[in-house]
Order: sequence, then structure tokens, then C-alpha cells
Amino acid sequence: MSQANADIVIRAEKISMIYPGTIALNEVDYRVYRGKVNVIIGENGAGKSTLMKILAGVQQPSKGAIYLNDEAVSFQHTRDAAAKGIGMVHQELNLFGNLTVAENIFLGREKQHGLMPLDTAEQHRVTAELMARLDQDIAPSELLSNLKVGQQQLIEIAKALADEADVLILDEPTSALSKTEVELLFKVIRDLTAQGVSIIYISHRLEELMAIGDYIAILRDGHFQSEAQVKDIDVPWIVREMLGSDPVSTFLKPGREFGEPVLNVKNIKLINEMGLTLVDDVSMNVKSGEIVGVYGLMGAGRTELMECLLGLQEYSGEVEIAGHKVPGNMDTSERIKLGICLVPEDRKKNGIFPISSVSNNMTISSLWRRLKHRFSIDEKAEAEAVTSAIGDLSIKVSSPDIEIRALSGGNQQKVVIGRTLLTSPKVLLLDEPTRGIDIGAKGDVFNMMVTLSEQGIGVLFSTSDLKEIMAVSDRILVMSGGKLTANILRSEATESALVSASAQGL
Amino acid sequence: MKTSQNIASQPSSVFSGESLLLLALKMRTFIALFLILAFFTFMVPGFLAPSSVVIMVKHIAINAFLALGITFVIITAGIDLSIGAILGFCGMVAGWLITKGIVLPMFGIAIFPSVWLIVPIVLVIGGLIGAVNGVLITRYNVAPFICTLGTMYVVRGASMLLSGGETFTGLSGNEQLGNTGFELIGSAKLLGLPYAIWMMFILAAVIAYIAKRTQFGRHVFAIGDNEHSAELSGVKVRSVKVWVYTISGFCAAIAGIVVSSQLVASHPATGVSFEMNAIAAVVLGGTSLAGGRGTIMGTLIGAFVIGILADGLVMMGVSEFWQMVIKGVVIILAVIIDQKQSRLQHKAAIVQQK
Repeated sequence: MSQANADIVIRAEKISMIYPGTIALNEVDYRVYRGKVNVIIGENGAGKSTLMKILAGVQQPSKGAIYLNDEAVSFQHTRDAAAKGIGMVHQELNLFGNLTVAENIFLGREKQHGLMPLDTAEQHRVTAELMARLDQDIAPSELLSNLKVGQQQLIEIAKALADEADVLILDEPTSALSKTEVELLFKVIRDLTAQGVSIIYISHRLEELMAIGDYIAILRDGHFQSEAQVKDIDVPWIVREMLGSDPVSTFLKPGREFGEPVLNVKNIKLINEMGLTLVDDVSMNVKSGEIVGVYGLMGAGRTELMECLLGLQEYSGEVEIAGHKVPGNMDTSERIKLGICLVPEDRKKNGIFPISSVSNNMTISSLWRRLKHRFSIDEKAEAEAVTSAIGDLSIKVSSPDIEIRALSGGNQQKVVIGRTLLTSPKVLLLDEPTRGIDIGAKGDVFNMMVTLSEQGIGVLFSTSDLKEIMAVSDRILVMSGGKLTANILRSEATESALVSASAQGL
Repeated sequence: MKTSQNIASQPSSVFSGESLLLLALKMRTFIALFLILAFFTFMVPGFLAPSSVVIMVKHIAINAFLALGITFVIITAGIDLSIGAILGFCGMVAGWLITKGIVLPMFGIAIFPSVWLIVPIVLVIGGLIGAVNGVLITRYNVAPFICTLGTMYVVRGASMLLSGGETFTGLSGNEQLGNTGFELIGSAKLLGLPYAIWMMFILAAVIAYIAKRTQFGRHVFAIGDNEHSAELSGVKVRSVKVWVYTISGFCAAIAGIVVSSQLVASHPATGVSFEMNAIAAVVLGGTSLAGGRGTIMGTLIGAFVIGILADGLVMMGVSEFWQMVIKGVVIILAVIIDQKQSRLQHKAAIVQQK
């Protein structure tokens, strides 16, 4: 294994990362092939982020050695790694909207000597070169905030390339991108590998990995599970290696029956302060026991539609929840009492209360249901509700009093879902419920949606993942540019029809 | 094989040491209280004599009223700098009502309300000033620091204007006007303890109950932890915040009444910089200025630590200048320890979860 190999640019040997009380990585051997797209995949908590942080110098391993071009290296800081040509593009963009593209690229290593002013001309020249390399028509003096998210992602890559990165680590680069932007990114990745740059690519989206990857490495529970060439394997193999067994791929039983509409929406329109129409005349309904999926790209208005339904935005139009007409100015807490509830998209920003306990996180929306003398919280009833919800949703938690931020992403999501369920909703809105959680937890979330619909709850969920929407919806709505562009029964839906509806009017 | 065993066993021993440390850190305000008590008992003869303890706790009560009131504000990640000024203003209003009455020039008369009416009036005024803070902060998006800094000046100026800067004296009232008894609030005792001390414990109990057992309390913590999530979870963020500042103003009014009753006089400059002592007590008690974390018990103990430290140093004959230095050092130490604790706690939670 330790023989010199010209095709291997990085060789990590027996890397262990030990935190107090836990082993994040256990003697992991990992190889990065030169000029290839090296995909790394594993469930949340499998250790792939930790491994990448070690390679990029963010963290130092407890044990083990890293060889770069067969030469032992150790990185104390990201700068050490960057100096050796290893650059990392993090999942969250580290860019500044108020600076220009060139300023962003040279931030912290500006071209400047002594007391001389910044050499803006040189910075622009290098930036223009980088843009040409990425095949992008972006002016170096453009303000970053004027760029689309996909372009901003490329600026991050340009930043790494400006350091003459030889090895580029991309951590879930497509999580915020639309389909066309993903294709653009893939083209850039292929160009870069053709130029000899080695890419390490982390993603949860299996189809993408199959499309772009050359080599795949799978981590499981901090161990190195397996490695293969992508051309030799298929998706079920990846999933098997990741989880150890085949997951359920169909979630809906045949012959599902629905009741009366629990959510009725007519002519909802939302115009923001800048005069942009975010939700454009949307009318639809969700029946009791039905799962309706809303498919669309980023910015299609899915989140905004849900925010209108919950009374977080000032909209025009009619909303009816469980047969009750909802006045436009009714506030969120009253709507929740009528039986509508939202699991928000951005769990960290809008979902959890990070330093509050799991128990308090779960009951915050439904305290009004468990009051003694209409005033004080019935702690016994609360504890019972929390315990049963933890059991029902199979949340892995050592005690309900633990802070929620100590939980994994999937478990946090389940707690947020538990919060909505404790309000006994009639309509459950889930905005991108599977964002940033691993496949195992995704399956749990879908199964739960099905169970809830069988109990008569109407479920409306949004996703930008075609496979997901086909797997779990009874009916599919497609949004594009704020408009509803399709309303199809799942049995009649084809992926290509959905994709073309999602691009209508763009 | 042997090495991997080492890896596995090492963390658990680290953890048990850490959990002990964590426990000590959690109890730090208690430990600090006992250390300070032990220190002064040893250094100052007669420090724990009942009479001196009662006087000390009476001092502490004033700060405790303010600190208890502001705890909710700080848990929502806000701040209220106006409580010292509200304390002074409420004392002045009480003094004015007792000495001058409500003057009705058109009838040429003045109505002198009884103490039973004056106290609720003053409490409501305190609450209303707090509510104004709350409305300015929620409706007009003024940062709490700036907003309450502004109201601090406005209210302080108003109390000066009430008397032209003079002191209202003789607040024991007039038998003929039927407004006597105000001074009893500060001087009367129940079961050997002054009213003020009873009031402090009752207020602490009520606020602790609100914090732990009511929807409102949960909502306060939720807002401090993550305002966005709170909104999506159906918490009426604006109204809760207005109430939080109202409670703060109300508690400052209680303190104002007690202070002017103890002195049997009200001076417009009473309570200058009292808000700083209150904030110090809250922070010492483990409430995070970043919001979302804190306990009422902690605030009470924090007020005791500050009060005992202040009185103890006086009794030891330490100069006023050194007292300030020492108080400042204690506050900074408290925050450093708090940071350490929250990091350790997070780590421990993750370990427990794995």
C-alpha cells in the first residue's frame, strides 16, 4: 500500500481523530488520485468533514500521516495546506457581498508591498485570467452581491485556484445551485481535471456523484469502508456500502384514499418591498391524508408560499385551513392553533433553538395545549408528550434535557418535526425537509410523512430533488418564478415533464 | 490492538474529570458566595451577626429588585439601561403624590391619595415606562441599548423637572390628609425581617415561577435563543418583548418605592448607575448577554455576591477606590468562567449524546 504511485497525489495513512469521548476517524487510509474527481461519501457523522478538515489544515489529526506526492507533510494551519496547493471550498460561501470579485479573491493576500497602495491592476489581471480559466464572463470589478449563487460558488473556486491549488476540496458545492448552475459547475470541474487539478468532491446527491465522479471512497462510522472506480459501480452499491443494507425506495402503498381538503388556497400573491412578485397568483389545495410535493428550483417561490400560508408575509389572496377562513392579518400563533404548522427549510437559522433542551425545542409551539388552570405548564403532561414523540420519531437522544445542538442534523430535524406534530396539525408544511441530512434519516423522514398522511394529516412538502418528489408524493405541484406551472398526479408525472415545468418562464 | 484500547479508554477518564469541573463551574455562583462569606466572616469580626446580616440583605434587596426585573430582558438578548432612572423617577412620583398631592388648579384643590393608591399608581407608571421601551424597540426597531440609553436620560431629566432638582422630604405623610404609612414599607418588619427582604424573596419566587412554569417564560427563553425560530413556532415575539420591558420597569418601580420609603425622602438623582450593578448581578448569576440562557436563582445569588462583596469591603475598611477595582475584576472573572462553562457544557452534551 505504501508503494510510490505517480497517480496518487495525496495519501493519508491511518488517520485517527479523537475527541474527548468519541472517535471521529479511526485509522482511515485515504487516497486522492491525480487529475481525477475523487468523490467521498458517507452518512452524517461518518467522518468525511473531519477528514477533509484535516487535509485542508483546519484541524490536526490525533494520529496518522499525510503524504503529498510521497512526501510527508503536516499542516498546522489552512495556510500551510494552501502553500502546498490544497484548497478547500466550504459548503457555506465565505464571500463578501460588498466587495468586488477581485477584492474577494485577494482578500487576506492582497497584492501590495510596503506602504504602496494596492496593486489593483495586477489583481484585476489575475482575476481576469482566472475567470477565463473557469470560462466565465465576469468582470473583476463586479460587486459580488450582483452575482448569482452559482457564480459566487465559482468565485470561491477561483479563490482556491488563485493560490495555485493543485487539489481542490469541494464540500457539497451543489446544495444551493439550480440544475443549470450544477451543469456549469460540472463543466468547470471537468476543465479543471483536464488541467491536472485533483478534485475531492463531497455530496449527498448520489446522481451527481455518478455523473461527475471518477473514484469513490465511502466512509462509515469513522472507518474507511470501501473504494471503487465509479464506472464499476451503481447507486444501490453506494447506498449498500454507506448503510449496510438496501433502503426502501418506494414509500407510498397503492390505493391511498384522501378526504376533504384541509388547505385551500386561492390567488395568493406576494410582492416584496423591491416590487418583485415572489408568489404569483397561486391557487391549490391539499386534501386530508394527501402528500403534495412542490418541486421547483431555488427562488421559485416555494419557501415564500409557505411563509404566506403561515402568516409570516403580508400577502393578498384567500387561505382556508381545515374549513376555517383565515383573515390575512391573522398571526402565526393563531394559525398554528387552527392546525397548520411549518418545518422550515433552514434548520439552523429558522428551526432549532440551539442552546435550549430537546424537550423545550419540542414543546414550544404547543405549550397552550398542556396548561393547568389555563396558566401554568403541566410538566408531567409535557414530559409524557416529549417521551412519546421521541419514541414515535425514533430520535436518538440520551436525555430530553440535552441541548439540541449536540444532536446530529437528522435528529435535530426530527425534533423540529416533533414540535409541529405536538400541535396536532391538520396541515403539515415541510420546506426542504431533507436538506443536509443523510440518506438513512431521509428515509425516516419520508416514512414519517407517509404515516402522518395515513392518520389524515394533509402534507405539503417542497424539494428541489426529483427523485425525492417522485418517491413520496401523491400529487406534484411545480413552481417556477412564483407561478404554479404544473399540478399533476404522481402516477401521471414524468421527470422530464417536471423539469420542463420548473423551467417555464425562466 | 493495544493502541486502539488506549484510544477508547482515554476519553472516558478525561470525561469524568471534566464532568466534575463542569459541576463546579455550574455551581460557581454558589461557591463564590460561600467563599466570599467565609472570607469576610474570617476577616471582619461580627460579620455574621444577625443585625448586620439584616442590614446587608436590605441593601441587597434594592439591587435584587432591579436585577430580577432585568433578567428576562437579558435572556431575550436585550438590555435595559433605564431601570436606575425609572427607580429614581418612581421614587419622585411617590414623593410628589405624598407631599403635593394631585393638584387640580381649576377647582383650586389638591387631592392627596392614600398610600394604598399611591403604590399601585407608581407601579403602573414604572411598568408603562418599560412598555414604552418595549414598543420603541419592537415597533421602530431601535436597538435596545440605544433605546434604553435614551429613555434613561429622558426619565432622569423628568425626575429632575418634577421637583426642580429638589428633594421631597417628610414622606411619612400627614395624619389629617390620611396619607400616612409610606415609610412603613421600608421600616416595618414581619417575623423580625424587614418587608423589603420578604418582598425580594416573593418577587424572586414569582419571577422564577413565570420563567419555569408559564408559556411566557418559555417564550422569553425561545426568543433569546433564536428569534427567527420563535416567530415560526408561533411565539408572539413583539408582544413578549414589550412585556419583558414592562416587567423590568415594574420591578424598577418597586425598588424606587422601597428606596424612597427607607429614606423617607425622594431625591431625583437616586439610582444613578444602579442599572450597572443589576446587570453585573445578572451576569454573575450565569445569564448570558447573548440571550437564551439564564436562571432567576442565579440572578438572586449574583445580587447577594455583589452586595456582600460591597458591604464586606466597606466593613473591612477597604477604600472605595479599591472596592471598584475589585468589583470590576470579579465581574470580568465571572464572564470568563461563564464562557469556559458553556464550552465545557457543549462538549459534555456531545459526549453524552454519542
